[in-house]
Amino acid sequence: MTETLTPETAEQVLETVQWAAAEETPLEVMGAGSKRAYGRPSPAAHRLDLKALSGIELYEPMELVMSAKAATPLADIDAALAENRQRLGFEPADLGPLLGTGAGAGTICGAVICNLSGPGRIKAGAARDHILGFHAVSGRGGRFKSGGRVVKNVTGFDLSKLMAGSFGTLAVMTDVTVKVMPEPEETRTVLVLGAGDAQAVKAMSEALNSAFEISAAAHLPAGVAAVSAVASVAAAGAAVTALRVEGPEPSVVYRAEALKALLEAYGNREELDTAESLAFWRQVRDVGFFVADGPEAGQAQVWRLSVPPAEGAGVAARILDAADGRVFYDWGGGLLWLALAPRPDGGHEAVRGAIGDGGGHATLVRADADVRAAVPVFQPQPEPLARLTARVKEAFDPKGVLNPGRMYEGV
Amino acid sequence: MRMPEPDAGIIARRSDIIAGLRKIVPGEGVIVDEDELRVYECDGLSAYRQLPLIVVLPETTAQVSAILSFCLAEGVKIVPRGAGTSLAGGTLPLADGVTVGLGKFNRILDIDYENRVVVAQSGVTNLGISDAVRHRGFYYAPDPSSQIACSIGGNVSTNSGGVHSLKYGLTTNNLLGLEMVLINGEVVHLGGKHLDSEGYDLLGLMTGSEGLLGIITEVTVRILQKPECARALLIGFSSNESAGDCVAAIIGAGIIPGGMEMMDKPAIHAAEDFVHAGYPRDVEALLIVEADGPEAEVEHLIERIEAIAKESGAVNVRISRDEEERLKFWAGRKAAFPAIGRISPDYYCMDGTIPRNKLAQVLKRIGALSKEYGLGVANVFHAGDGNLHPLILYDANKPGELEAVEEMGAKILRLCVEVGGVLTGEHGVGIEKRDLMDTMFTEDDLKQQQRVKCAFDDGHLLNPGKVYPTLHRCAELGRVHVHRGQFRFPDLPRF
Ligand SMILES: Cc1cc2nc3c(=O)[nH]c(=O)nc-3n(C[C@H](O)[C@H](O)[C@@H](O)COP(=O)(O)OP(=O)(O)OC[C@H]3O[C@@H](n4cnc5c(N)ncnc54)[C@H](O)[C@@H]3O)c2cc1C
Ligand SMILES: Cc1cc2nc3c(=O)[nH]c(=O)nc-3n(C[C@H](O)[C@H](O)[C@H](O)COP(=O)(O)OP(=O)(O)OC[C@H]3O[C@@H](n4cnc5c(N)ncnc54)[C@H](O)[C@@H]3O)c2cc1C
Repeated sequence: MTETLTPETAEQVLETVQWAAAEETPLEVMGAGSKRAYGRPSPAAHRLDLKALSGIELYEPMELVMSAKAATPLADIDAALAENRQRLGFEPADLGPLLGTGAGAGTICGAVICNLSGPGRIKAGAARDHILGFHAVSGRGGRFKSGGRVVKNVTGFDLSKLMAGSFGTLAVMTDVTVKVMPEPEETRTVLVLGAGDAQAVKAMSEALNSAFEISAAAHLPAGVAAVSAVASVAAAGAAVTALRVEGPEPSVVYRAEALKALLEAYGNREELDTAESLAFWRQVRDVGFFVADGPEAGQAQVWRLSVPPAEGAGVAARILDAADGRVFYDWGGGLLWLALAPRPDGGHEAVRGAIGDGGGHATLVRADADVRAAVPVFQPQPEPLARLTARVKEAFDPKGVLNPGRMYEGV
Repeated sequence: MRMPEPDAGIIARRSDIIAGLRKIVPGEGVIVDEDELRVYECDGLSAYRQLPLIVVLPETTAQVSAILSFCLAEGVKIVPRGAGTSLAGGTLPLADGVTVGLGKFNRILDIDYENRVVVAQSGVTNLGISDAVRHRGFYYAPDPSSQIACSIGGNVSTNSGGVHSLKYGLTTNNLLGLEMVLINGEVVHLGGKHLDSEGYDLLGLMTGSEGLLGIITEVTVRILQKPECARALLIGFSSNESAGDCVAAIIGAGIIPGGMEMMDKPAIHAAEDFVHAGYPRDVEALLIVEADGPEAEVEHLIERIEAIAKESGAVNVRISRDEEERLKFWAGRKAAFPAIGRISPDYYCMDGTIPRNKLAQVLKRIGALSKEYGLGVANVFHAGDGNLHPLILYDANKPGELEAVEEMGAKILRLCVEVGGVLTGEHGVGIEKRDLMDTMFTEDDLKQQQRVKCAFDDGHLLNPGKVYPTLHRCAELGRVHVHRGQFRFPDLPRF
């Protein structure tokens, strides 16, 4: 019978995993379960629900550091940070609505372990760049820590990086320490209207190659822009290329003007103020444009591709030539979000085949469980790397008790 | 400092190993003569020296692959070496080991402005990357003081940082891809020109791994456009406390400056005597704070920082009027190490990180240790990110002095850990801090790290004796201790 185990302390997490390792009984690790529909379905016998491990343990605003127990809701963290005009620099997405599990449920370790990062990734870095240290229980049933509470640290291997993006297949994090960032004084977004995808990627590249410290760069083709949460964007009736500048007010005003001049050749330019900017980028971050065609409405399958930015438009064109769907671009063209008409095989060969020699990877983020079970959700790895991945898994979880198969078959 | 006992059997087979390596790397690429080997006997931690068994300088990834396969088959240990500027003894040779030097991996392979990346072989110098893109206004952000000499592969292996890392990140935040060779000769590519490598973040793991996991042959890094302008403030304080308060207040006000460096009185005097940067001599602590970006932003930030400095009790504030003066402000800081080298026969450079707000407390205790040991100390500090470099002044020719320095240095590093910091911020553990690892980590923590090592190199052939005080056999580390029995947590809530 499937049981849900809800340890209340790190010590109980240890006992649970030791038991599972001894019995060779797989566990599904859960923060809030908001991303349970992400990844390959895991054949775990029991659930390890971390929700009782919640609470901020240390927050020193002047030191830009925060430690929290594993399943502390991101909402609590955001609220505490907002009191000091601070934020998580990696802008973790709330994919709950996209994945059909509701908004606002994500936990700090859930975000970190999925290496979630939003539009600010291009400047501020990913979740992996903001983890300073953590405590965890390995799949072997051993407690360990790595890192600390300071940014500069090369003392031993950087296991924090390994945790980020491991989807709970290596160890159960019991707490994490992250770097926090000051909230910018002012945020503005410069919009360029009516650029085609390839032109838009060029415009974003030009902006990113300037000295204007762009903190986010996205392109919404007309059909996607039409469902923007920002009225003026939705009403534009055209594709929208968006560039975000953040910082002290005089700097933001100057940079927004300079960007408008720089991008004159690409189309008419508009500007969003701070409040509109926040709403605009939240929707980009959470892939809000693809929520409406979700589970009830025929479930468009959602892919996420990371490619060299200059190749983004070409990759998307190759995919959409052969399939029905929509795309939008983040990270200056380097991150593609695609909603494709559902296919039993997710169209995975065509999607991955579209990635050129320049490299990149594709993840099937939303699809029915039977599709995710049949199709490689994460980019398949070439042989020497796949073997290395398996050995790293074994170094933490030799009995395969933590989220087995969540990322790759057998890992 | 004890290194693993050399294997006499390997030393006895030296000529066979030379012959094997010469089949892979012809001609002068295999170095065997004592005077030529001497060049490689130490790195930046020159107190420790050891002649390597052999040095090999491959030119291609295929050669690196063949060398590693050969060494694996022969059971020969390997020490990877970039430019040898490590201050932690990371490239200290082994009497029974082959030093693999990456000096000939010196080509830039691709400059891609559209994707804002440079692909370079691992032996290219840090500055070489910035030089290659400077004419287009770009640069590579992490700027260690050793940037003229150190290699990008070495930077990756030690996660190097510089004065601009506070705002622009360390190596790990600017690295996008790697080509590396595993001990079995397999060539692996991690990441590329796109963001976030697929699967486990092995790219992040490799960064700071000090040559223990593989040999890096190629590196893809992000480049940035130079800021439109930069100005610096030189702020003097009558106490370390008020300088520390000022740093906290700047960060607390939501300002992340382009650079924020601090020097204490001995460092100020040494630097001023050496380069005449115009530093005030009558202050206890000096901050250099740089604001960069568009003119409008720099003006605004300089004004705010100046106000914060005055509120924090600054006795002296100067703002650079032009580029020449800004560079002059920095010249003293950048020359701090050689400046100390002028006033003392030898110095020992430490590298701990502490929470910023512990600065004054830590400096006070370092001052006490300095008195106790009768050894001078000058402190330079990447104040923005808490990375402290105490330089202990000594004379290696005085018997016992090096030992005293090491003992005092160990006390300083323990102190860093005690106040919530770490043993090394950017120089690496190497041999230097190896035996202090247990002040920060439990036996279980260290074992888990070594299990990761086993996933890459289960025979401990890559850079053994570095970073980890005890080498556990991988078979022993792999064993799972079974806690069988009844369900041991009857109290656990479940549904
Ligand atoms: C395979 C997959 C890919 C995703 N890709 C993206 C993406 O590209 N971009 C994006 O914005 N969002 C992505 N998401 C969504 C993201 O994971 C969620 O939004 C996350 O923030 C939800 O947090 P949670 O606490 O509800 O996590 P949960 O849904 O409970 O858990 C998420 C994952 O983390 C593991 N986990 C949770 N807590 C711990 C812990 N303490 N220790 C170890 N493992 C733990 C779980 O086993 C699970 O694999 C993805 C999710 C999944 C599962
Ligand atoms: C005067 C001076 C100032 C310095 N200032 C700074 C500073 O400001 N910031 C800073 O971070 N550091 C500084 N350092 C330390 C040093 O320069 C850095 O650690 C640098 O990154 C080392 O690069 P390297 O090429 O010399 O590497 P090496 O010294 O050759 O090697 C360092 C480590 O990396 C490994 N390694 C090197 N290349 C490879 C490779 N291709 N594949 C696998 N492993 C490899 C080696 O085995 C060794 O463990 C300074 C050193 C000096 C002498």
